[in-house]
Parts: sequence; C-alpha cells; structure tokens
Amino acid sequence: MRDSTRPRVTLDGNEAVASIAYQLNEVIAIYPITPSSPMGELADQWAAEGRPNLWGTVPTVIEMQSEGGAAGAIHGALQAGALATTFTSSQGLLLMIPNMYKIAGELTATVFHVAARSLATHALSIFGDHSDVMATRATGFALLASGSVQEAMDMALIAQAATLESRIPFLHFFDGFRTSHEVMKVEMLTPDDLRAMVDDELVRAHRERALSPDRPFIRGTAQNPDVYFQSREAANPFYRACPTIVQNVMEKFARVVGRHYHLFDYVGAPDADRVLVLMGSGAEAAHETVEHLLARGEAVGLLKVRLYRPFSVAHFIAALPRTVRVLAVLDRTKEPGSLGEPLYLDVVAAVHEAMAEGTAPFATLPRILGGRYGLASKEFTPAMVKGIFDEMKKAHPKNHFTIGIHDDVTHTSLDYDPTFSTEDPQTVRAVFYGLGADGTVSANRNSIKIIGEHTDYYAQGYFVYDSKKAGSMTISHLRFGPRPIRSTYLITRANFVACHQFSFLERINVLKIAEPGATFLLNSSYGPEEVWDHLPRTIQREILEKDLRVFVIDAYRVAREAGLGGRINTIMQACFFALITGEYSSTVARSSDHGEGSFTRSDRSRGAPALKGVLSLERALAAMREAIQQTYGKRGSAIVEKNLAAVDRALENLHEVRVPERVTSVFDLRVPVPPEAPEFVRRVTARLIAGEGDELPVSAFPPDGTYPSGTTQWEKRNIATEIPVWDEDLCIQCGKCVLVCPHSVIRAKVYDPALLAEAPPTFKSAPARWIEFKGWRYTLQVAPEDCTGCALCVEVCPAKSKTEPRHKAINMRPQAPLRETERANWEFFLRLPDADREKLHLGQVKDVQLLEPLFEFSGACAGCGETPYIKLLTQLFGDRLLIANATGCSSIYGGNLPTTPYTFNREGRGPAWSNSLFEDNAEFGLGMRLALDQQAAYARLLLRRLAPEIGEGLVEALLEADQSTEEGIARQRERVRLLKERLVTLPHPDARQLLSVADALVRKSVWIIGGDGWAYDIGYGGLDHVLASGRNVNILVLDTEVYSNTGGQMSKATPRGAVAKFAAGGKPTPKKDLALMAMTYGTAYVARVAMGANDTHTVKAFLEAEAYEGPSLIIAYSHCIAHGYDLRFGMEQQKAAVLSGYWPLMRYHPDRLKEGKNPLILDSKAPSLPLRQYAYNETRYTMLVHSRPEAARTLLELAEKDVRARWRLYEYLANLSVEEWMKEARYA
Amino acid sequence: MPDLTTTYLGLTLRNPLVISSCPLCESVDNIRRMEEAGAAAVVLHSLFEEQINIESELLDRYLSHGAECYAEALSYFPDMASYKLGPEEYLEHIRRAKAAVGIPIIGSLNGVTPSGWIRYAKAIEEAGADALELNIYYIPTDPNLTSVEVERRYVELVRAVKASVTIPVAVKLGHSFTAFANVARQLDEAGADALVLFNRFYQPDFDVERLEVVPTLTLSRSYELLLRLHWVAILYGRIRADLAVTGGVHTVYDVVKAIMAGANVAMMASALLKYGIGYLRTVLADLRQWMEEHEYASLRQMRGSLSQQRVAEPAAFERANYLRVLSSYAWRLPE
Repeated sequence: MRDSTRPRVTLDGNEAVASIAYQLNEVIAIYPITPSSPMGELADQWAAEGRPNLWGTVPTVIEMQSEGGAAGAIHGALQAGALATTFTSSQGLLLMIPNMYKIAGELTATVFHVAARSLATHALSIFGDHSDVMATRATGFALLASGSVQEAMDMALIAQAATLESRIPFLHFFDGFRTSHEVMKVEMLTPDDLRAMVDDELVRAHRERALSPDRPFIRGTAQNPDVYFQSREAANPFYRACPTIVQNVMEKFARVVGRHYHLFDYVGAPDADRVLVLMGSGAEAAHETVEHLLARGEAVGLLKVRLYRPFSVAHFIAALPRTVRVLAVLDRTKEPGSLGEPLYLDVVAAVHEAMAEGTAPFATLPRILGGRYGLASKEFTPAMVKGIFDEMKKAHPKNHFTIGIHDDVTHTSLDYDPTFSTEDPQTVRAVFYGLGADGTVSANRNSIKIIGEHTDYYAQGYFVYDSKKAGSMTISHLRFGPRPIRSTYLITRANFVACHQFSFLERINVLKIAEPGATFLLNSSYGPEEVWDHLPRTIQREILEKDLRVFVIDAYRVAREAGLGGRINTIMQACFFALITGEYSSTVARSSDHGEGSFTRSDRSRGAPALKGVLSLERALAAMREAIQQTYGKRGSAIVEKNLAAVDRALENLHEVRVPERVTSVFDLRVPVPPEAPEFVRRVTARLIAGEGDELPVSAFPPDGTYPSGTTQWEKRNIATEIPVWDEDLCIQCGKCVLVCPHSVIRAKVYDPALLAEAPPTFKSAPARWIEFKGWRYTLQVAPEDCTGCALCVEVCPAKSKTEPRHKAINMRPQAPLRETERANWEFFLRLPDADREKLHLGQVKDVQLLEPLFEFSGACAGCGETPYIKLLTQLFGDRLLIANATGCSSIYGGNLPTTPYTFNREGRGPAWSNSLFEDNAEFGLGMRLALDQQAAYARLLLRRLAPEIGEGLVEALLEADQSTEEGIARQRERVRLLKERLVTLPHPDARQLLSVADALVRKSVWIIGGDGWAYDIGYGGLDHVLASGRNVNILVLDTEVYSNTGGQMSKATPRGAVAKFAAGGKPTPKKDLALMAMTYGTAYVARVAMGANDTHTVKAFLEAEAYEGPSLIIAYSHCIAHGYDLRFGMEQQKAAVLSGYWPLMRYHPDRLKEGKNPLILDSKAPSLPLRQYAYNETRYTMLVHSRPEAARTLLELAEKDVRARWRLYEYLANLSVEEWMKEARYA
Repeated sequence: MPDLTTTYLGLTLRNPLVISSCPLCESVDNIRRMEEAGAAAVVLHSLFEEQINIESELLDRYLSHGAECYAEALSYFPDMASYKLGPEEYLEHIRRAKAAVGIPIIGSLNGVTPSGWIRYAKAIEEAGADALELNIYYIPTDPNLTSVEVERRYVELVRAVKASVTIPVAVKLGHSFTAFANVARQLDEAGADALVLFNRFYQPDFDVERLEVVPTLTLSRSYELLLRLHWVAILYGRIRADLAVTGGVHTVYDVVKAIMAGANVAMMASALLKYGIGYLRTVLADLRQWMEEHEYASLRQMRGSLSQQRVAEPAAFERANYLRVLSSYAWRLPE
C-alpha cells in the first residue's frame, strides 16, 4: 500500500463504489433506499457540481419513482447504447428483478451496485445480509462480492471491465452498513487505472449493439414453444466464458494496480483440513481469525468467494487445498424450508460434481457443513469463526447450524467462547458514546481521516446509531494501527473510551468495553474534584477494577463560550488527540475531597497514548484546524473562527481526575423498565432497551413478527433538558398545546374535584372552562420523562402574561429538578378517568384535547410535524382504527423496536397497525377494508339466519344501527356484547362462526398512512387505483415534501426551488398537485390541511373524511427536520405556508354535489404574504440562494407564478355554480 | 445654466443629489436608471457583517441539524462544494454597478467586529468602489457603557479603517451623542473624509394585541430634515470633513436648505421609494429652476450660506432659538 503513488484517502464503501461507478457511466437512474442511498446522493451531487466522467461528459443522474422505475430506465438507457448504472438495496433490488431478467436475457453490459441488505419478512430491517442478492440468483446477472471498502472500490472497476467484455450484466455487492458505511483508509484508483482497465473498443461494441433507427432491428420479441427454450440455451457460451474473463480482468487489475484477486481467494494453511467458505465482509473477520489460528499452528483455511455467479466449479475446486477434510459454508441469508442456503448448496453440488467427474484432488469426499450467520448485520466475530472451526473438529459436527445467536428452540446454534479475541495489541481501539446532535460521529470521521492521512497507520471507523430519531445515542468504533485492519466487527475491548454525554452514565455501562488500564474521557459539568460523587456505582467500580485513567472536560461550557451552542465535537476531538498522542500535560486537581486518591495506582504510562511518535499533538491539531477550514470554510468565516477558538480552549479545560480507592456512590444505573411493566416487556423489551438484545435466545421472540402494543410507556428516556411547565392561572384551556405535541406528552383532563383528595402535593389544577363540566377541575399535565423538549407547545400557546408577555401559560423549564415530582403527578394524572366521549364536541380543538391519544412517546424527531396528525387520528377513532402504514418515517417511529408507540385504552381497544411495504400500502389498506366489509356482510348474513335464536329485536337493532356518532358506536358495541353473550349459549354451528366475525358489526375505520415518497411516487399507482375503487378507506398523506426517512431526497411533492438530495441544484419543476388529481375522480373526499394554520379545519377534515362512505384523501402539511429551520416554529411556518398561498386549505366533498352545492371549498384566503417570506425561513430554499443565486431567483419567480396560477384555478373552481361545475368539470 | 457641480469625498459630482443607501440600490438596473435620472453618485445598500454571520451560522446549523443521528438519514441536505455566503455577492454587485454606470459608486458597510470592518472595507475597495461609507448602527444598551467609551470605539474604528484602505471614507452616524460637535471633531481628526448626518434607526413598535415588539421602518418625511440642517449648519466650517445630509430630503427646498446649511451633497432615498426613481429628474429640474429664479450661478455660492458661522444671528442655532420658538407658540395661544 505504501509503495504506490496513488492517493490514500479515508472514505466509506458507498463513496468508494460511487466514485468508480460515476466515472464509468453516462446514465445513472437512482432511487433512495438504505443503505445504498449515499451512492445515488453522491452521484447526483457530483453531477450538480459538473464533475465529468472518464470520457469528459457529466453523467445524467435521474431519480425515478421507484427502484422498478430505475431499473426500467437503466434497461432503456442500455438498449439505446449508454453505459448505465444504478445503486440499490433490499426491497429495491427485488423491484428490479423483472428488468434484470430482461437485461441479462439480452446480454447487456451493465453493473448494478448493491449495498446488500436483509429483506422485510416478519419485520423490516435496514441492516446488512445477502438475502436481497440471493433473490436475484436466477436473473442471469453475474454476482460479484466485495468484503471491504478497498475491495468494493476495486471490484466496482473489475465488474465494469468484465461486463463489457463478457456481455453478462454484473451485480456487484458489498455488505450494507458494515462495508457501505465503514470508513476506511484505502488507496484511491486513479482515472489512469480506470482507463487502463476499461477498453474503449468494448464500449464502442456496447454502443453498436444498441437500438438505432439507422440500422434497425427488433429486440424483445414474444416467442412460442418452438423456439423459446433453444434461445434461452443460446446464451450458454457467454456464461461459460464469463469466469475466465473475470479472472483475466483480475489479472490485468493486478498488473495495473498491484492487488491480486481471484474468483476464489484462499487464505490459510496449504495443508488445511478445515476450510471455511464465505463471501462479503464476514470473510475479513474470518481472514483475521485464520491468520491468528495459523500462528497457533492450527491447520485451517478460508476460501473467499468473489465471483459467486456464474459459479465456476473448476476455479472453486482448484482453489481448495487437497487436504481439506471438512468444509463449512457460511451463508448470510436464510431460505426457510430449503435443504440449505444457496452458497452451501452450490458448494455441495460443486464438490459432488468434481468428485463424480474425478477432477477433485481430495483423497476422500470432504464433509460439507452449512451454516447461517450475521443476518441483518448481526455481529460476526473471530470468536464465532473460532467456534465454527472447533465444531468442524468434532466427529459429528452440527450441520445447518447458526452462529452468533442462541437458538434454544430448534437448537441450530453453535456454542463459542465469546472471550476469544484476535484484536491486534498494536491496534488502538477507541469507542465514543455521543448524542446524535452533538457532532460526535462527524468528529470521529474526521479523526480517522486525520490519522489515516497524516500517518502511515491503517485506520477504520464504524458508527452505530439509535433506532430513535430524537435524543439518539451514537457509538463510534475507531481502530488504527501499524498493521492492516480486517476487523469487520465492533470493538469489545477498548483502550480508549469517551462518553460525550454525562446523562448516558445513568443509562448504560459505557465502561463495560474498557480494557484494563484504558483511558476514559468524560464530558462533565462537574469538575475533576466533584465528578466522582456523581458517577453511578457501576461506573466507579469499572474505573477501580480496571484501573482506568479518567479525564473530564466541561465541553458544553467551552462550546457555549465559543458560541458553538451544543456542538461539542471539535472540543472533544481535541481532547481525544491530546490524550491519544500522549502530549497532554496534566493539570492535576490540586485538592480532593477524596483524600489521598491517585491518578493511577499502577504503571503511569499504560493505556493511551497510542500515537506517541507517530503523530504529534501539534500536527493533529493543525490537521484539525485544516479540516475545520475545509468543512466549515465554505459555510462562512464566523463558523470557522468559533470552531478554531473551541479547539484552542479545549485543552486548557481538560483535567485528569484523582481516582479514590473505593466505590462511594449510593446510586447506580437506572433500571430499563419499572417492575410493574408487563411480563414480555420485562423479559424481552427491557433487554433490548438495555442494549442486550444480542443475548436473548430464539425462544424469547414471537415467530411471526407479532408484538404487544403500547410499550413506549415503559421506556423512560429522559432526553429533554427542558420540559414545559403549566401555569394554571394563565391557561385558557384552548387545547392547542395538547393538539400539537408530537410525542403526546402534554395531556388534559377534566374531572370531579373530589378526585383531587389523593393528588400529590405539587399536582396542579384549575376550574374547568366548560359549560358541560361546570364545577369540575381541569389539569394540563406533562410527562416529564417522555418529553423531547421541542417547545412546539410553548410557541403555539396563545396565552401570555399581561405583566410579562414572555411568560406564557406553558413555559420551558429545566427537567432535572422537576423529574421526580412531575413523574408522581403524571402517574396520578393517568389514573384520573377520561372524559365521557359522548359529551364532547369532537369538532372542537378544545374538546379534542380531552380525548385519550393512543399513540404516544414515539421515536420521531423532536418537533416532528407528522405525529400530531397521527395522534389526532388515534384520539378521534383510535379504538376502532386499522392502520396500513407505508414504509418510511411513520413506519419507523410507529414500529421500530425496542418499543412501539401505538397503545390501547382502558377497555383494551386501540389501533391495529401494520406495515407491509413501501410501494403497496394503499393496496394493503384496501385489502383490510375488503376483509372487514366481507366479514361484516357474513356477520349480517348469519345474524339474519340466526335471528329467531338471537332475538329479532337485537338482530334488527344490530343491522339497522346508526353508527355515525360516538354514541351510536357505543350502543352498537353494547349490542355486540349482548350478541356474543347469547351466541356462546347457542349450540348452532353458525353461532360459533358469527362469534368470530361479530366485531365486524361495529364500524371500523381503515386509514392508509404514509409519506409523500409513497403517495406521490412509489405508491402512486396503487393510491390512484384505491381512490378510484370507491371503497371506504381513508388515506392520510403526511407530506414533508421530501423522502424524510432516508435523509431528504426529492419526491414529486418537493416544491420548485427547494434543494433536496437528488435535487442539489434546486428542484426545477413544481410540486405535483395530488389533491387536484384526486378531485378529478369526483368520487373521493379530498382535503388539504395544515394544523398550524387552522387546527379546527384539520379536525373537521379528519371527521368528514372518516364519515364519508367512500375513499378519502387528506394531504397534511408536515413540517420536517429536512426543511432546515428550528422546528419549534413549525406551526408558525405552517401558517406562513397558507398565508402565502403556497398551501391553500381546501376540502372537496363529493356529497355536496348531491346537496346542490359546489363540492370544492377553499378554506383559506387569497395569498397575502409574499412567497419569499414563507420560503426563505427554510434552509432548503435559502441554501440555493447561497449555492446558485441566479437559479434561486428564477425558481422563486416561477414558484410565485405557480402559487398565483394555482390559486386562480382553485378560486375559479370553487366559485362555479353547481350547473357550471357539472358542465365545466364534466361531472354527472 | 447654473453650475450644479459639487465635490464630495474628493470626487467631483455633477450635482448635489446622491442616492442614499437603500433597497433600490440592490439592483444594477435601478442604479442605471438613477444615473439616467440625474443622480450624481450612488451609495449602495449596506453590507451587514452580522447578516453574513447569521446566514452562515444558520446554514451551518441546519446543514448539520439532525445529521449523524439515525442510520437511514445521516444527513438531510446535499452539502455543496461551495456557497456564496457573505461578501461575494455584494462585491460582485459593486463590480457590476461600476461596469454599468459612470457615476461614482460608494460602498456601504455595517460591521460588528473590528476584524470584520477592516476585512470587508478592504474587499469593498478591491471590488472597485470609489469610496466607502461606514454605516455605524450601534445602540449602546449596556448601562455600564459610558459615552466616552462609545465615542472611543467610533474613533478607533474610523482610524482602523482609514489605515487599511486608500479610498475616501465617509462616516454615517446617528445623532444620539451628548456632545455631537465634539464627536464630529474627533471623527474628523481620526481621518473621516465626510460625515453623513444622520442615520435613521429602525424603531421597534408594539403590537398590543399579541403583546409583541415588531420592527417597523417608515419612510422619512421632510420635517426630519431640520435636525440635519441644524447640525450641518453648526459643523460647517468647523471641521475639515465633507458633510452630507441624509433623511428628510424630499423636495428642491430640502436640497437648497441642505446646501445652504453647508452640506456638500443632499442624499435621497425615501422620496424615490415613494415616487420612483424618475422623481430625481423633477428635483433636479426644480433645483435648476430655483437657482435661475434666485439668480444663483453656482452651488458653491449657496453652500454654507445659512451655516452658523455665516448667518446674522448665530444664536439662532443655540438656546435662544429654543426660547424664541416657545414664545412664538405663546403668541398663538387662543385668547
């Protein structure tokens, strides 16, 4: 590596691959899906910046409506002669399969780059395995695997060269997250390397095979039984030739670049008797283990599979040592019901064939074992590899085994010794616990870059994120050292641990992974003298038992003083370098309350420093400053200056802690869930919360993906530093704060004052301001431990103090001093009875606040603009609600383990929620409706049939029930209860049938929920069909105008002039008017709402949509973190959206036509605010002003025209008389 | 034809009508129309250092907001290779304005940090501005801050900027000083080439329905001229620096008064915002006509003619004037 003149860079697998693919292609069709999205994003950004490909043109990068669309576009581009590529993962790859058959069937050269990811089965998972790739085995694509960032870059090039020569399309894959997101120091291939490898003659040949009217031919015929079969076989020579072509390309690559790959690369003893076979990143961990075991004299080996398809038996057999006695073939996928996983079966077949034909060199038939590992990025460690080798030694080893889990159900798993480690003692292992918002990960990326690029050391960074979006924890794993790093697994023995958030100490044992003698850096507002007393017992014990050196810095104070707010990244980074370079001159705590404590009790020079003599602090800091200039320079000099000042101040504030002799704390880590939690929550969920999910056995889990509702209530996250506090004297009880709260942590109740007798002392109440509840008390209560501190409630509060207007009826105050008392108040509040729904006016926001939300404490971002709508939905219809949820933000905060927010009321009723896929959600929800309608029809049939036995009166009441009101539904429920009572006494077989469908007699509300990516793009076909179906389903589109969940890619809902990923130059076209399109059916209820602009209108639209006996569509303005402004002003911004005319509030009610009224009602006034005063509050618009001012001006002008034109059209339509409407809009 | 030429900041101007820093100056088209309508020079809208800092802080904050928190969304925006933040666009505007018109272009700067003032002053000079106006917009709200300290900061700022650029430097300031004449002298000694009297501060107003303070900006009126006339008339002849009147110049009479008080130029903005750029033609024609009717051959003739040093009753600018106004009201009291 060090001999080459090629630049050495530190980047992740996605960038490594994208950089090659971008240079080698002309058309790139993309669609976001984790973890491949960054490849598309980079390609789009480079194109926006005008970066040329190898031939000097800027590739056309186009986002499609789905991966299916992307594959179709690529197919077309290839047929028209372009070099074309795409990037994808998981379900996205599945959507490409139909076109992949076509592309391969037509022998068309292309490379698809896949960050391999598991598939949605019993659950979705964004993490890495080979399930997606394995689903494409039959397409005819060649499958080429990479196991590391360097390999991913190399194979991206090798695949391109090989596809052009072989005409077989290639799928190049590397493990999602483990490789796609691992940051690694690699050698960058140069354009000269690319030129040397890609033969222009073959590019021309590719072009010549393309469709052209200048030399016309037809491709894509339909064939009959007479010829299809033979034609299919006609391609055989190409597949036979392919492996040799790939090997030749690899040889050429070795000549050009120096790294030598083979179709199957063998590592290990030449006389190994036990050999592992696997592909992908797991092979790196196995490689590390094999080298370790070899040094101990074990005769083991590893065969890395690179070209999996076409599978070359000859190359495979030739690569194995003739001494092999046992082969263990590891698959990172699962094929339930199969004889074994695909690679295993291939190996069995290959060995069998070679033996049968006498071409195998083995003395006897090797024993072949198959095993599964690493599904959905489950850790795959050297300890597991060792466990497999140990198993292979046994006389009767387990076949079809699993490794890395404890299978106590079907006993597939192998035992292994988890303490076995191959970590190189010369490799520094540093682990950092950070808060998402504090910049820890970006600082660590930068540190790895600095170490990688300013020293000869190898360097690796891997980052683990939270499943929650608000207050999320990140864990950074950094390795660096003088020897190559193949450790494709998390650090379990760290010699440097940093905790950037003091509050984590009460949640998890951050020092569990610390090695004896390690260095511990803690961000603490407590100084070196007082910090000890604030550490939980477990942490104190770890420090003492492992003899850790402990350092503290008050990074938040330093950041504040430097004007950096909560961004402590550069400060912590400077401290890291000071400690790791060994140049920290300790400023000892002069006095200590702990008497004769010491810094260390043994060797003073142990643990860090690790870079001593390799990188000086001065050089590291200079590199940091340079990086600050590079990262922030383009964002303005003020930012650079602040960060530089922070670096300078950091070291002055770093102090070593004098560690006492004994554990002194009287408190310890918090328990993950309280003892009163349900059994499943205590047994399973609590372990997941505590980060111990890996240790749970198979038997702990439901086999079909079914989980209990209402579990977020048990996970007290305490992430808000400030929470709202109610001023009962000022409050006007309007309910706006309750309505807007994205996490359902502000709730209101009215109740009999007698109930206050048992209230905790600080429990607040005020006289209820309702005529219906005269003499009762009202309480607005905050859940202190569930609040995220977004402050939307404070901004929306209309009640201000007359003497001090900054004081409102609800105000943010520090959480810590309030936690205990407010927890008691919250618990008391929950026990108070809920208001009688039948007494409430559901159309009034004031009354809606009294409805119990059945969606609470989700993992959505603080200040989320979507969740208030979902919460409202559950308040209005939650106890009879079925939700079909498209994949996206709402399915993640709605259903991502460990805990889920949909819950149930005292009667045990609550939303029934499910997520099918991204693209099929409208159809999924329609299916629910069809089932319910069918069951109701069957129930009615049975009711009539059993009427004599049940009683005519009850049957008639059940059949004729008016369920249009809360009261009507309550009555019907009561009737169904009576019915069931009678049915259990009836011997008639129909009675049992009716019993199973009787609940369908109560009106159910089916809601199809998803974001704009689903509704406008990938799911639009289905949504359109469902709207046209006339069936009674309700569709709620949470329109954030961007693919929020995957990180802000453009959708067709993105407005003109806004910057998004895949629209780095500003979206040039206007937002699709989904409401207008839906209106044209004439049979669908359509509403466009914005809670912040008119909350009553929102509530009204929800009620009307639900009541309408046909399809309804509500498009809800949802402010989003991807808009780029302080979300506490989300409601204000919604108001501005409406005032500017950008988001006209409207309802289209088909029933109005029957009443002789125009069905379209414009619910907001003509634009009164210049569009720029709305738009330019948001970074998505202003960043275009900063990056492309001319384009920003032009697009703003066009967007202003869009607003005017649309308003005129709506106004025209809304003002038509019914007769004109019938004529003009052609509705009968 | 009377001679309307005047000098200001060492520049010879074809007449005394200079466009004051205002939003109209943000467009090169407008500047071209101003030249055509007779403007003698244009002071561009201000480059606000604070604005640059805020914009860059917001961009930085929201580009990193929510980033690196959640595995599926490690960022929410594409981070472009470069952004046009801060002075580039302003400097480009100077260059384009200079290329578009022949009249002098005066840059305007409102800084917050000492380094910012100097950095951007140099940049404005390098972009080709003929002169620089320092728009010192500072409200000393700290009760511990003395007037001496405030004045010292003004003087040091002017000295520092003068030391770093070679183009002439005008200082535009407010009138809220205890001893304004002394402040003017200090700035004069610090090297200011002109004083521009006076800045009009944005005054916060109250929304009593929402109990909020709301920013307002009303256009100037002619009556505001009097304060400017007063101080120009006092300073004329007492300091070396040129004098400019800004705020309340709406009609030919306002222009004539400004010149007679001792101003080198009269600056207009509100009137143009109200009546359009073409209104300059009217004022200019009126000025010519007025001078002809009153038989003034040149502007020089009238400049400073009603300054304190030259009027028959210098006390009219001091306390005596106050007494006389009060008594003049007394005369009009209803019987």
